[in-house]
Amino acid sequence: MDEKVYGWWLPPDVSTHGAKIDHLISVVHWFMLLLFVGWGCFFIYCLLKYRQRPGHKAIYAPIAAVATKYIEGAVVVVEVFLLFGLSTPVWLAYKNSPPDDSAALHIKIVAEQFAWNFHYPGKDKKFGRTDASLISGDNPLGVDPEDKDGKDDIITVNQLHFPVHTPVVVEVSSKDVIHSFNIPVLRVKQDTIPGQRIPVWFEATQTGHFELACAQLCGLGHYRMRADVLIDSPEDYAKWEADNLPPAAEAPAAAAPETPPAGNTPGPSDRPQEPEKAPKGEKK
Amino acid sequence: MSVDTHAHTNGNGHAHDHGDRGHGGHELPFWKKYIFSVDHKVIGIQYTVTALVFLLFGFCLMMLMRWQLAYPGQPAPALIAKLIGENAMPGGVMAPEFYNQLGAMHGTIMVFLGVVPLAVGGFGNFVMPLQIGAPDMAFPRLNLASYWIFLPGCILMMCGFFVQGGAAQSGWTSYPPLSDIATTGQTVWLLAMVLIITSSLLGSINFIVTIVQMRAKGLTFWRLPFFVHAQLVTSFLLLLAFPPLEAASVLQLMDRVAGTSFFLPSGLVISGEQLKVAGGGSPLLWQHLFWFLAHPEVYVLILPALGIVTEVMANNTRKPIWGYRLLVYSVIFLGFMSFVVWAHHMFMTGMGTTMSTFFQTTTMIISIPSVVIVTCLIMSLYGGNIRFTTPMLFATAFLPMFAIGGLTGLPLGLTASDIYLHDTFYVIGHFHYVVAPGTLFALFAGVYYWYPKATGRQMNPTLGKLHFWCSFVAINFVFMPMFFQGMAGLSRRLYDPTVYMHGRGVQPLNVVISMGAWALGASQIFFIINFFMSLKTGEKVLENPWNATTLEWAAPSPPGHGNFLTEPVVYREPYEYSVPGHATDYSPQFVAEGN
Repeated sequence: MDEKVYGWWLPPDVSTHGAKIDHLISVVHWFMLLLFVGWGCFFIYCLLKYRQRPGHKAIYAPIAAVATKYIEGAVVVVEVFLLFGLSTPVWLAYKNSPPDDSAALHIKIVAEQFAWNFHYPGKDKKFGRTDASLISGDNPLGVDPEDKDGKDDIITVNQLHFPVHTPVVVEVSSKDVIHSFNIPVLRVKQDTIPGQRIPVWFEATQTGHFELACAQLCGLGHYRMRADVLIDSPEDYAKWEADNLPPAAEAPAAAAPETPPAGNTPGPSDRPQEPEKAPKGEKK
Repeated sequence: MSVDTHAHTNGNGHAHDHGDRGHGGHELPFWKKYIFSVDHKVIGIQYTVTALVFLLFGFCLMMLMRWQLAYPGQPAPALIAKLIGENAMPGGVMAPEFYNQLGAMHGTIMVFLGVVPLAVGGFGNFVMPLQIGAPDMAFPRLNLASYWIFLPGCILMMCGFFVQGGAAQSGWTSYPPLSDIATTGQTVWLLAMVLIITSSLLGSINFIVTIVQMRAKGLTFWRLPFFVHAQLVTSFLLLLAFPPLEAASVLQLMDRVAGTSFFLPSGLVISGEQLKVAGGGSPLLWQHLFWFLAHPEVYVLILPALGIVTEVMANNTRKPIWGYRLLVYSVIFLGFMSFVVWAHHMFMTGMGTTMSTFFQTTTMIISIPSVVIVTCLIMSLYGGNIRFTTPMLFATAFLPMFAIGGLTGLPLGLTASDIYLHDTFYVIGHFHYVVAPGTLFALFAGVYYWYPKATGRQMNPTLGKLHFWCSFVAINFVFMPMFFQGMAGLSRRLYDPTVYMHGRGVQPLNVVISMGAWALGASQIFFIINFFMSLKTGEKVLENPWNATTLEWAAPSPPGHGNFLTEPVVYREPYEYSVPGHATDYSPQFVAEGN
């Protein structure tokens, strides 16, 4: 966890698709700066040259300013280029070409007030069936203990492990309110909408310890709804996966006791969560 | 229609009484003259004062939040902690839920109780009928009703702070399901919003009818001051955009109190327990309804400001506005386009690529008229004879500030860069540049510009200039660093940004911003002193202290009931300044040729 990499501008980009986003951001900002400085110089020139002073008079006749038409035209051209030359292709390429399913690691992410649950399919690459009615304190995602696909599933809280140089497809959803899945260094952001499952993909280009931040106001604990993002080398990831696989012959009832060590630490201010609960239920 | 003619004849019939007299020539009792008045000027001043009070209050909420952001987890100064109380600030340290209340209420108050009532209810009511040469609004009693629905709405909104669990805390956008399951404060918020929206609707109908029906003789559409055009477009936006939010507010209210689930999907699990509702609703439905209002709302905030800036600039550059018709076409186009860009607030909700491409295209299109408007206003400076009066200083500063706000909208409107910048402090910087040093500076320009018309006295220019320069410097220290925080990836609405590594990197900027905010707060003292002191000691003025050309300057300062001493007739375009061969450098609309 090296804080020195975070400055006052874009943090480092460790994703395969992020470079194009960064490029767009920098092109747009150069364009903005050019327009602003250009406008600004003319603006200050006008303020100085045409200030009121003895003997100075305003010009009544409308000024035939052909240049403004060209400038406005140029702005339109640049915007069309930004739109169809840069932004849309980047967006379409990112959104419409998810990685090949068989090669990718699939993770289900379920957000809740105020934690991130990560559900890995385990060795069989199949997710166990989940059901909201099965959710309990030691089964945060409601994995069906009867389902054999779920026997080797790994569930972690606030710890997202995945290997470097491997496409990862995460399917984000939420148990309660809208959160937003946001990993700045990977240039991914996706609102997690309860009732919807939305796939997002990324592929990391280097290992390291980064952060997942909630980007959508989700209640009093929104600020501390963070998770550690651990991008491992393939060997480290394999080791982590092996270490966390549930013991093979486990009793069905305890489907998910393997919360990792740094699991559900709620953050600096550990206030009770009652006020966030609706008075609604009580009224009925 | 009977109200219309009644007001009309009544106004004109008493034009020679030097005002202050109502129906039948009797002196009106105090409460009818100043409290439940049907006079557009009194209502305008009521709106103005109410809105200014709320702007100050909303700003105070923000100054409080800035303590927590600059010094997370440290106890606030004892006096403030004591004033707020142990509940919200246990041991002097702000509670997260109180921080969220401050955030939600700051946004709500600034937009719905501050800027819109000031720009539309205040300036629109006071200035627009004068500028079109009307004796009053078309429906004076509707106008009265509009204010007296608005004020209870505001008071109700404030009551939120005193219910159990505190005020609304789900952001000014109130996204469900969070808002659906929030504490009682959210119900109060919704009820108050219904009142405030109703008030705006009544006002907007009144404005449209007044502008269409009650213009003075000779005042064609191409002779209307730009401010009136801006108000007309604004009124249409309010009229067409507010009903969906009113409906949405009622739906959310039903979700909260009647057990419906318009915005609640099935299978919600709140704090480990299944929510006992029917389900089947959609949280995104609210976002569509909300932003269908709230994007046109952005233009409701900015168009009257553009109108004020144009008036002040024409008057102080002493030349006609460059591209007056282009400006008018641009705002009409903006008005139309503002209805088809709303989903650019929702790029991260997982919408399809066709939808997002459509909305980013419309968003780029809407930036074009904004560029045209800025160009027209800068070109209006060219060749002028610029007087740097206090209103002109604010109007001048509006241009670069609005330009920063507008330009920084570009990377947010493009979907690919929005992936990174969405919901960061970059967004906060962007829209505050539009609304704070943009719209609010324009509104200050308006206050300084029309104060002599409303009171018969000038505001003190020295205090005015102090107010301007201190505010101008401070406000840039507040909003400029936010772009860097956003670039670093810092999310908005965080009670404690130092939880994140990228937040700790830009934490020093939070101290700078907070210092800036408090300095900005201190700068407003000049304005407050000036505002009250000038009522008594300001230099007395006649009808037209700024040597202006538009119709409001034909009426006495302050205008009496019925506004004009003689029915005004309009002879020319609104901004005939420095006409060659003319004795003075201004040719008012209301003076016949040869004068």
